[in-house]
Amino acid sequence: MSASLDTVRRRSGTVREPRVTLAHGGGGKAMHDLIEDVFLRHFTNEALAPLEDQARLDLAPLLALGDRLALTTDSYVVTPLFFPGGDIGKLAVYGTVNDLAVGGARPLYLTCGMILEEGLEIATLRRVVESMAAAAREAGVQIVTGDTKVVPAGACDKMFINTAGVGVIDAGCRLSAASCRPGDAILVNGRLGDHGAAILNARGDMALSTPIESDCAPLHAVIALLLEAAPGTRFLRDATRGGVATVLNEIAEASRVEITIEEDATPIGAEVRGFCEILGLDPLYLANEGRFVAVVPEDAAAAALEALRAHPLGKGAVRIGTVLEGRAGRVVMHTGFGGHRIVDMLVGEQLPRIC
Amino acid sequence: MKYVDEFRDPQRAQWVLREIEALVERIPAARTRPISIMEVCGGHTHSIFRYGIENMLPDRISLVHGPGCPVCVLPMGRVDDCVALAETPGVIFTTFGDAMRVPGSKKSLLTARAEGADVRMVYSPLDALDLARRNPSREVVFFGLGFETTMPSTALTVLQAEREGITNFSLFCNHITIIPTIKAILDSPDLQLDGFLGPGHVSMVIGLSPYEFIAEVYRRPVVIAGFEPLDILQSIWMVLKQLAEGRVAIENQYGRIVPPRGNAVSLDAIQRVFELREFFEWRGLGSIDHSGVRITAAYGQYDAERRFSVPALKIADPKSCQCGEVLKGAIKPWDCKVFGTECRPETPLGALMVSSEGACAAYYQYGDLSKLSRRAQP
Repeated sequence: MSASLDTVRRRSGTVREPRVTLAHGGGGKAMHDLIEDVFLRHFTNEALAPLEDQARLDLAPLLALGDRLALTTDSYVVTPLFFPGGDIGKLAVYGTVNDLAVGGARPLYLTCGMILEEGLEIATLRRVVESMAAAAREAGVQIVTGDTKVVPAGACDKMFINTAGVGVIDAGCRLSAASCRPGDAILVNGRLGDHGAAILNARGDMALSTPIESDCAPLHAVIALLLEAAPGTRFLRDATRGGVATVLNEIAEASRVEITIEEDATPIGAEVRGFCEILGLDPLYLANEGRFVAVVPEDAAAAALEALRAHPLGKGAVRIGTVLEGRAGRVVMHTGFGGHRIVDMLVGEQLPRIC
Repeated sequence: MKYVDEFRDPQRAQWVLREIEALVERIPAARTRPISIMEVCGGHTHSIFRYGIENMLPDRISLVHGPGCPVCVLPMGRVDDCVALAETPGVIFTTFGDAMRVPGSKKSLLTARAEGADVRMVYSPLDALDLARRNPSREVVFFGLGFETTMPSTALTVLQAEREGITNFSLFCNHITIIPTIKAILDSPDLQLDGFLGPGHVSMVIGLSPYEFIAEVYRRPVVIAGFEPLDILQSIWMVLKQLAEGRVAIENQYGRIVPPRGNAVSLDAIQRVFELREFFEWRGLGSIDHSGVRITAAYGQYDAERRFSVPALKIADPKSCQCGEVLKGAIKPWDCKVFGTECRPETPLGALMVSSEGACAAYYQYGDLSKLSRRAQP
């Protein structure tokens, strides 16, 4: 009798409930089962395995990679959780990987904090965790520590994820928004606005059916190619919330320069153009999750573009503009029609126009 | 994009611009002052800024951005009524997106939502009706807003609600009508306009005849214009041609969309559901006779103003705000005392800073102010 009871007790680590309950965040057996059955099943690595309260990382191999640590954090609250081209888990890995990569860092380790809403389907959580694990493998990073909290129904929207990331920056790399100079070329690695349009579309309230997929992707490999071909690269930034328009304004402000871009050179997919046209949105302000802006010296522009185009995530790379002396802080777009206009920071949220 | 790119062709634009420059030479008044043309519709204002049309035109043409942004001209008192409705227990308040940010005397709908009111953005009044169908225990109020462009879809939604016997749907009607407003602008003593670009989508509904008095009584040319940049350039050219030839007429550049007699089905729906109000308050322009509509008694059960108690207080525009003078073309946006200082897109004081279709917001967002203010010098 007691022997079989022990067997039952030891048979921990399986979640049988269909939905997340407050007990899964309570620190007891339910939580341990959740961690073992859902998280550890997919996140496996040496640093995580001992399940200590902190990941312990050897310094020596890090020192061999560069002379500075890069540390970043980002929270992911996207709705819907799954959308064409990605999901919140993939986004939570790639987003943080990209925040490291655009600083010139080689991404190595991530943390994963999850806030789950009571009632979330365990199957949904499994799908997200599987997706995170696959994304981490793809990006070559390890998820080395984590935390899970459960909040009562209504206190969050299904699930929120926070990931922090650690990477190492090569000794020679000095990227900065303030380092752009007149004459520099402004490049992007591909079509703009796909992610933002895909998310808006996936929310379903536009009642438009378009084949737009998120561009969500890890950028460190294509960035490594770029930095190798154009070591004098001044600045990189992923064009996430606020889109390319926001990044350009940040550069113009930080480097005290004017920026001019050509509408005709700015790559916008036909579906995204149509989507924006119908809803009265400006694709320059749409979020991207696999696109970045690179500022490189004029004489390195050709080599940079060639290097970018050699990678699948850079095959649509083009030059969209130039840094000018001009008026500090101003971004001007030459329209395809032959006029020009200011591209300012977005005020508030982009709301569709009514007529 | 097929069917759109043709209307954005830069070579054709250069050709029309050369024709425009040649025409300006032939207009006597242009020798002493700029020729002022008002685009009535906010959609035109948006296109003019988005494509940078204003700085492509010769210096002797000045565009005046008119009152045709329904979001902008909504007075504070009406926004307060929206907020009161939205905060009524049990109500789902539905609105077009860009009305969310319009400031009331205390708050906007965006703020009301942040404070817990159930405010939802919809893309069509039919979406609001659908919400009513799916939430039978709630009262769904749709914020009806806009000129004759959006009036038919609201009217048809009310008719649809009646057909289906949906009783938990109502309309807070703030629809306005463009003709009395153009007349009010023409009657203003400080008017300085030589001609008009007429609103394309409004005209698609009402046709051309309602504009005839502008030519006959006020002797100003009107060209009903489309919204693509070449439409706008061609329409400006057509206004200038009338001025150069000493003619005044109502002409239709947007013939591919605007039938001369308008749309009979839409007009019929509007007439069944709406009737003119004696007057309606406009932000920046004050009260204008017969410029707004309300729901007729026959459809009274769908009228949120009858169904709920709304405060309906008149709130004066901020004193420092000069939207009225900008709307009439008497001053340029950047001449306003509070432009860019107290009045900015994130905290708009005046109507024209509210929506991206408002002239001040458009200048603030897109305008090359140093160049434009230089051009405006006489």
